[in-house]
Amino acid sequence: MKNILALIKLGWQILSRPAVHLSLGFLVITGFVSGVIFWGGFNTAMELTNTEAFCISCHEMEDNVYMELQSTIHYSNRSGVRAICSDCHVPHAWSDKIARKMQASKEVWGKIFGTINTREKFENKRRELAEHEWARLKANNSLECRNCHEFDSMDFTRQSKRAAFQHSGALASGEKTCIDCHKGIAHKLPDMAGVQGISH
Amino acid sequence: MFKIFTQKWLTGCFGLGLLGLSLFVSGVSNAQAQDVQIATMRDNILLTEEVAPPAIAKVENKDLKRMRDYPQQPPTVPHIISKYQIDKNVNQCMDCHARDKASDVQATPVGVSHYLNREDEYQAGMSPRRYFCTQCHVTQTESKPLIDNVFVDVNDLMKPAAK
Ligand code: HEC
Ligand code: HEC
Ligand code: HEC
Ligand code: HEC
Ligand code: HEC
Ligand code: HEC
Repeated sequence: MKNILALIKLGWQILSRPAVHLSLGFLVITGFVSGVIFWGGFNTAMELTNTEAFCISCHEMEDNVYMELQSTIHYSNRSGVRAICSDCHVPHAWSDKIARKMQASKEVWGKIFGTINTREKFENKRRELAEHEWARLKANNSLECRNCHEFDSMDFTRQSKRAAFQHSGALASGEKTCIDCHKGIAHKLPDMAGVQGISH
Repeated sequence: MFKIFTQKWLTGCFGLGLLGLSLFVSGVSNAQAQDVQIATMRDNILLTEEVAPPAIAKVENKDLKRMRDYPQQPPTVPHIISKYQIDKNVNQCMDCHARDKASDVQATPVGVSHYLNREDEYQAGMSPRRYFCTQCHVTQTESKPLIDNVFVDVNDLMKPAAK
């Protein structure tokens, strides 16, 4: 115990002593370079975790939600624009991004403890997971949807009558947001008993 | 003793007769099949030949209700429905077509018949018999019918025959 304390003390003394033999320029440059490397590595790691391959590296994500995504318009459509997991689930703003990554530790926890490692467990937990996503999208006014679908660029005359009627009404007035009316656009819906749909 | 004999004998006769009849009928229909031309979707192309399939017709999405050919007809669906889920978890049609929701989206509420159970009693909720909407309600495509439709509207049927 004494030895360890002594070692720490020594280490601190070395660290806290001003550098006598190194020039200020050297310190600034190495500091800058290592900062860049660290920052770059950090961002690369962040980008890597935004790929679809990363998300579906866990079978929990691949076998359930990814399978279902494939038959939807967000996977294949006439214009060839694709939405991947992170487009809808990971915020673009940096601070929000970090917050989401912190939250994602829940998923690692879930992976380790197998919270949804069978289809049955997934089905049973699905409503709860979906509710988290609905709450998040409701709170940010469907920000991720709006990153691609801009209200101002919607041409109501080119939409179906049913769509134009709702978009020029409850959406335009701000009374409702995309996720209020468009649940289940990318995956199958869980048991919806008591959840409000397009109306009300 | 005598009674049983007649019963067996009768059944035997009946069986033989049935066999004869069916042989006769199948002979007749075989003969017919040879000279009747049936229009098939393959359009007389041999099974061994491959042809380019016709383009998949687009589902009409005009949001205009269509005429019903008779009062009890399940109306055809005037909008696309491919993305709506109908299973044990949810019936998305009822998001818009339930009595208490239809006015919000200006949809037709499901008819009263959809609330009847099999004892013909009205229920508060939709009858399970009507849960799978697409059993009876179908979309229409922008395509030409493959064969002529000879259905006659009851109103035309009642018109005095033209001279
Ligand atoms: C380590 C395996 C693993 C990876 C990789 C993974 N997930 Fe998950 N994910 C899980 C598990 C397990 C759960 C369930 C957590 C629980 O039980 O609460 C989950 C839950 C979710 C949820 C529900 C969130 C909630 O708040 O309840 C979403 C959305 C999600 N994942 C999206 C993603 C996306 C997008 C990616 C890629 C950026 C991804 N996942 C990568 C294992 C993973
Ligand atoms: C990466 C961009 C992107 C994101 C993010 C995105 N979408 Fe889409 N969305 C598309 C594209 C592309 C289409 C297909 C357009 C086409 O070809 O008609 C589409 C189509 C749709 C449709 C029409 C469905 C149909 O069958 O016609 C709806 C509804 C929709 N998106 C809602 C949403 C909602 C709600 C969100 C947020 C949860 C969202 N989108 C997020 C790109 C995106
Ligand atoms: C008040 C309900 C409501 C809100 C809010 C709403 N929509 Fe819609 N939207 C509809 C309805 C109803 C339709 C047509 C039927 C359907 O697609 O199920 C539709 C159709 C669409 C379509 C397909 C267009 C077409 O011609 O059919 C897209 C794309 C779409 N919505 C995107 C969005 C986006 C993005 C938002 C948020 C900015 C949004 N919607 C908000 C009700 C709504
Ligand atoms: C177009 C947007 C969009 C895309 C792309 C998308 N999701 Fe989702 N996801 C949603 C929405 C919206 C929900 C909320 C539940 C609902 O409405 O279906 C959701 C819910 C989930 C859930 C919670 C369980 C559930 O089914 O409700 C998980 C897990 C999930 N998504 C993972 C993924 C993964 C992994 C990918 C990529 C393979 C992906 N998502 C792609 C929009 C999207
Ligand atoms: C987003 C709301 C919405 C959803 C979801 C919806 N409908 Fe409709 N439906 C309407 C509206 C509005 C009309 C009136 C005509 C129009 O605008 O298309 C209509 C019309 C109809 C009609 C014609 C009624 C008549 O009187 O001729 C039928 C049948 C129908 N829908 C069946 C269905 C079925 C089956 C489903 C599910 C697979 C479904 N609808 C889902 C809104 C919806
Ligand atoms: C067993 C066949 C059957 C099923 C299943 C069925 N319907 Fe119908 N539907 C009918 C018939 C027949 C009519 C016309 C006569 C009537 O109103 O009962 C009708 C009428 C309607 C109408 C027009 C009502 C009116 O007053 O003009 C709507 C809208 C409708 N159905 C929607 C639905 C929806 C949505 C579902 C699924 C939840 C559904 N139907 C399931 C047979 C069916």
